[in-house]
Amino acid sequence: MMKARVHIMLKSGVLDPQGEAVRHALGTLGFGGVESVRQGKVIELTLAGDDRAAAEAEVASMCEALLANTVIERYEVEIL
Amino acid sequence: MRAAVIVFPGSNCDRDLAVALRKAGFSVEMVWHKDTELPRDVDFVGIPGGFSFGDYLRCGAIAARSPIVRAVKAHVERGGFAVGICNGFQVLLETGLLPGALIRNAGLKFVCKPVALTVESAESVFTEGYQAGQVVTYPVAHHDGNYLATDSVLAELNTENRIAFRYQQDVNGSVEGIAGILSQNRRVMGLMPHPERAADATLGATDGAVMFQTLARSVVVA
Repeated sequence: MMKARVHIMLKSGVLDPQGEAVRHALGTLGFGGVESVRQGKVIELTLAGDDRAAAEAEVASMCEALLANTVIERYEVEIL
Repeated sequence: MRAAVIVFPGSNCDRDLAVALRKAGFSVEMVWHKDTELPRDVDFVGIPGGFSFGDYLRCGAIAARSPIVRAVKAHVERGGFAVGICNGFQVLLETGLLPGALIRNAGLKFVCKPVALTVESAESVFTEGYQAGQVVTYPVAHHDGNYLATDSVLAELNTENRIAFRYQQDVNGSVEGIAGILSQNRRVMGLMPHPERAADATLGATDGAVMFQTLARSVVVA
């Protein structure tokens, strides 16, 4: 078995209102110097088999098909 | 005229849409997301508002990969008519049948109120009952209605007169105030505001009824 971890972030240039709200809240709490916050998501998958290269390609297809919306998001696949 | 209204777990405007379509003269069948085919001779498909699959992953993402949506795609690809309202618009974007994406409202709040819209294009079966430039009021009720598209998509939408509605005032941060768009063949529309909630005088608003009446007149078997 293998674990894969997918990191999904909004593409740079896409406004992230939630990240901006978090940045604002950090400022309210007294954390100065936070210039920007971008929020994304992490998805972990447990996969059968042990072919790492095949798994990486398979998870990338999953990202294209469902896990990420490539109109606004970019993704990175990590095989652990 | 026969219409199908798609029902996902979490849809909550499906019956409102069916009521509005029936009032305009459609016979309407509700179609469950696990079905693999639309009823025979369906002229029009409505994808309703709501929170399909609890908005898990992204709004409309799971619904867009459900079995019935494959049949909806086939219907659209053979030139069939379809509308996606609110969550339905999110589903249409997730399928790629319409371009762009909808993200969290710029103000981060769920917005629920009647809003004034400008009819930008009256060149569609959805909007031909209005005049271009006319102002209509439909309710909105959404958290993720902030429309976004690349510059090239925006240029194409503008050049081809495919922006159906714009907000008169900023509601959610949508680029160019876009509230609804049309497909290239003008037979598919996605919009965030709810015409079906403005289709009965008893409920206080009728601006949306015009859309369903013109649809009933114009939609023929594709």
